[in-house]
Amino acid sequence: MLEVANVSKRFGGLLAVDGASLKVAEGSIAGLIGPNGAGKTTLFSMIAGAVPPTAGEISFAGQRIDGLKSHEVCHRGIGRTFQITQPFAGLSVRENIAVGAHLHHRRRADALAAAAEVAKLVGMAGLLDRPAASLTVAGRKRLELARALATRPRLLLLDEVMAGLNPTEIGEIIGVIRGIRDSGVTVLLTEHVMQAVMSLCEHIHVLNQGRVIAAGAPSLLVTDPKVVEAYLGRAAAGRIEAGSRHAS
Amino acid sequence: MNPDRIKLIAVPVVLAALAAAPLALGTGYWLGLATTTLMFACLAQAWNLLGGYGGQFSYGHALFFGTGAYVTAVLQVRLGLDPWTGLIAGTIAGGAIGAFCGALSFRYGLKGSYFALVTLAFAEVFRILATSVPFTGGGAGILIPLKVSPANFQFADKAGFYYAMLILFAVSLIVTLAVERSRFGAYLVAVRENEAAAAALGIDIFRVKLGAITLSGALAALSGVFYAQFFLYLDPHIAYGSGVSVEALLAPIIGGIGTLFGPLIGAIVMRALGEVANVWTDGAPGLNLALFGLLLIIVLRFLPDGIVGLIGRLGRRHA
Ligand SMILES: Nc1ncnc2c1ncn2[C@@H]1O[C@H](COP(=O)(O)OP(=O)(O)OP(=O)(O)O)[C@@H](O)[C@H]1O
Ligand SMILES: [Mg+2]
Repeated sequence: MLEVANVSKRFGGLLAVDGASLKVAEGSIAGLIGPNGAGKTTLFSMIAGAVPPTAGEISFAGQRIDGLKSHEVCHRGIGRTFQITQPFAGLSVRENIAVGAHLHHRRRADALAAAAEVAKLVGMAGLLDRPAASLTVAGRKRLELARALATRPRLLLLDEVMAGLNPTEIGEIIGVIRGIRDSGVTVLLTEHVMQAVMSLCEHIHVLNQGRVIAAGAPSLLVTDPKVVEAYLGRAAAGRIEAGSRHAS
Repeated sequence: MNPDRIKLIAVPVVLAALAAAPLALGTGYWLGLATTTLMFACLAQAWNLLGGYGGQFSYGHALFFGTGAYVTAVLQVRLGLDPWTGLIAGTIAGGAIGAFCGALSFRYGLKGSYFALVTLAFAEVFRILATSVPFTGGGAGILIPLKVSPANFQFADKAGFYYAMLILFAVSLIVTLAVERSRFGAYLVAVRENEAAAAALGIDIFRVKLGAITLSGALAALSGVFYAQFFLYLDPHIAYGSGVSVEALLAPIIGGIGTLFGPLIGAIVMRALGEVANVWTDGAPGLNLALFGLLLIIVLRFLPDGIVGLIGRLGRRHA
């Protein structure tokens, strides 16, 4: 449903994304992982239309979407959350979510009602009248999710929605994401919480220094020396490889 | 009761109170003062739509006020059209100038003080144009002939003008209420709060800002049209001077920025204060401006959301 082909992004002298390609199948939960600064957020921003790619093509549901603006990409059916949360700080939780719901509801009353429904899905029903500025980190992450969900996307891009959450909160949000997928929404997520990635994702792409260095099922990737090296450095990769050779 | 419903009731109540005000104010000086206060409140309401709800601070709302005033004056004096046509033409011209100014600034992503400076520059350019082109009467100004008749938007008594202005102000208040309750209004506030998030939720930021400045320009022009009819005289400084622009933004900031009644409350407070200053200082010129400056500093320091915000906080404390 989403196809990214040889996409690059250059910021001045820095090649943040370097010819990255990936595919996300409809109805799946796919992961995009990689160390800090690998280019995950930049790639998300390019898919979402917030940052124009320097090179490459992005297609969604069979149509080119690179070159579209953020709001146009949203109208096509892609929702995104921001790693650095971007709440409408002066508004209540309900009003925040209603802005997203307005995409499909012209009337204010309908958008507010839809917002309350979405809030239930992400476990924010009790916080609807709170000012967004008063939310905790976990609350803000949920709000990001709720707002994007309110636009009724077909593909949802989740940029580290678990960062800064405690284990209980992570457990809850994993349940929420599964529920979203089960309702028919395709999900592409980035995450540093490995246990979550491993349990949620059916397919994972590993990004390192802007390049996709590996892709496949989670169980296959943990033993891939390229992946281990990207995360832990060459020495560790060598030790682990030696260790597994001993064991076999 | 939810705030949406309170406002729906408050708007007719406030308008009814304003309609009854002449009973208390008599038909003399005070009614005249109330009339110009409403004129100023309408201009402030226009500024608030763009600046308060949309977060786009204009420093040149005289551009729209002056355009409304000049369009109706020139159409009457040079082309012999009636002032009601002038009212419509002036309002459309205000909206069109707003759209033009907005298209130029927002297309290039101008924000914050850059946008403010562009609006200021626009107003200055129009002031100079009004001074130099022949049909505006140039620096000497333009005089609308006195011909008292409601068909000619000139009234025999002050009450006539007061009610005419009240209707125009009601238009600006009801438009603001309608915006608050619409999708456009939700999008406008979202753009003010966070543009990146707004765009990600499907909002065309350029279109929303353009809509806001067009509407704001048209409403500000309404007050300009009224000015021309009320005083029957205009010059480039009155119409496009920075004093008008400053008043347009002070009232909403003092009254409560981005609130429905902030501009009206701010306008009343400022005009009342201006009167007090006049009495105390025997009409020394410029002192009211110094006083407004002081008031602005006090509001910015102690009441970031203006008088409406203060009332809200007191209300919650007693609730
Ligand atoms: N707007 C920008 N201008 C210049 N450089 C940028 C910009 N955005 C990102 N970068 C750089 O691009 C590189 C990739 O950043 P990006 O945020 O995409 O990484 P990431 O994989 O999301 O990292 P993290 O896991 O820390 O979120 C980094 O070196 C970053 O400093
Ligand atoms: Mg990132």
